[in-house]
Amino acid sequence: MKKYISFFRLRTVMGLQYRVAAVSGIATQFFWGFMEIFALHAFYETNRAAYPMTMEATCAYVWLQQAFLAFFNIWALDGEIMEAVVSGNVAYELCRPLHIYNMWFAMGMANRISRAWLRCIPILLVAGLLPKPYGISLPADGMHFVLFVAALLLGLTVVVASCTLIYVFSFFTVSMDGIKILFTSMSELLMGAVIPLPFFPEKVQRVLELLPFAAMQNVALRVYSGNLTGNEMWRALGLQLIWAVVLIAGGKMLCGAAEKKVIIQGG
Amino acid sequence: MITMENVCKSYRIAKRNAGFKEACRALFHREYEEVAALKNVSFTIRDGEMVGYIGPNGAGKSSTIKILSGILTPDSGRVMVDGKLLWDTGDMRIKAAGKQEKCSRIEHVRHIGVVFGQRSQLWWDVPVMDSFELLKDIYSISGPVYRENLEELTELLNLKELLRTPARQLSLGQRMRCEIAASLLHGPRILFLDEPTIGLDAVSKLAVRDFIKKRNEIHGTTVILTTHDMQDIEALTKRIILIGKGRILMDGSLEDIKKGDAGIDETLAELYKAYEIS
Repeated sequence: MKKYISFFRLRTVMGLQYRVAAVSGIATQFFWGFMEIFALHAFYETNRAAYPMTMEATCAYVWLQQAFLAFFNIWALDGEIMEAVVSGNVAYELCRPLHIYNMWFAMGMANRISRAWLRCIPILLVAGLLPKPYGISLPADGMHFVLFVAALLLGLTVVVASCTLIYVFSFFTVSMDGIKILFTSMSELLMGAVIPLPFFPEKVQRVLELLPFAAMQNVALRVYSGNLTGNEMWRALGLQLIWAVVLIAGGKMLCGAAEKKVIIQGG
Repeated sequence: MITMENVCKSYRIAKRNAGFKEACRALFHREYEEVAALKNVSFTIRDGEMVGYIGPNGAGKSSTIKILSGILTPDSGRVMVDGKLLWDTGDMRIKAAGKQEKCSRIEHVRHIGVVFGQRSQLWWDVPVMDSFELLKDIYSISGPVYRENLEELTELLNLKELLRTPARQLSLGQRMRCEIAASLLHGPRILFLDEPTIGLDAVSKLAVRDFIKKRNEIHGTTVILTTHDMQDIEALTKRIILIGKGRILMDGSLEDIKKGDAGIDETLAELYKAYEIS
């Protein structure tokens, strides 16, 4: 276990080195957040009756999404890992007493957490100061907050497990571009990164809620603002847990199979 | 001790003719060609021996190293490293009769060190020391052992100034010294060196050779070295295994192949020609 924590630590240290990236990331996320809120506000003004969330909940959703972007931006796959597999440098990792899957998983977690905790604080602070309903307010009660954190961490687990699964796929294919583009663009839409899931037609929504993509950011961001409550919320949390387990188990199995038949080409 | 018995390995290579039409055809129907990289390779290496493993490009050197380091599965054959069974694809009936249990990759790699001259194991963006610390945890090396090993390696490879530098800012020679140190932090008894002097200048080459020699003398580390640099072989090894087209062609000493006062490179070229493997 210690070795994986060590990976975690090194990655975190590396993440702290990139200061300019953090500052420019925060700036981008403010712009993006305002843009999204303006657009959704326009929908709201056009037809309040048809609007599926409250304006407060929408804004909380957007600001949390921006604050924890590093948790859920599925397109931030680790190029280094895929490069290592494609170039064959992974040979070195295979020469180590390590489980490749666990190592990649730890690296993914570390990457996202180290990036998120630097960036979420200023965004949440500023969003908290914005006038209602455009900002973000404290959650209704302590219980709500605990559930939000649980959903957030489960969501992060599902994201990292999905990404690790993609890395494992790179053992089986020469170029990762195809899978990468398909996977990232599909999950962006289906996880509720473009528009929150309640904005989809109801029938589509019912299917989407069952998919692993909905187990990523959708639950945490809606639990916080009270948009997702009661039985529906528990079901969503349960599904998150199930998807986390399924994705990790599947990834581990596939990785085991890949390790057995891997061929490192060239000198 | 390392033993390989009748190890075979072949690769499947997708082939097609050049051109757009052919590429389209290959989308639906691929033709594969089996290329045998290793054919019945057998040899034994004793503890503490230094062996040069030579042969032209594509002879099967790297495949052998990869099989020995546990990252490439052979098609058939039996491989034992340091008393542990690594691969055995032999007769299933013998297997059922309760033979030695196969050692897992993770268990195996704990006791070997590998340097691939053409690849890097150091973390690019952080000082070398951080990579070393990580390796300490990966191999679960205890504090005192780690400090002792690090001290010795720092001394012998002259790393003192390099440890605080990020790996990306090292020259190739400096980096290679760090790579070698990284592979030896856990004090492996067997060291595989795959072209460790490739691209190095004369000074670095000598430093690397010198170090390998010392390591072998002091710790009795078994070293298998693949290289195209015959001076490496001359300086380090007494025994040479020559492989060509996947077969072991010769297993003997450097003197066996040397004729008169011909240079070592010329001798080798002669040898390749004689065996029709170049």
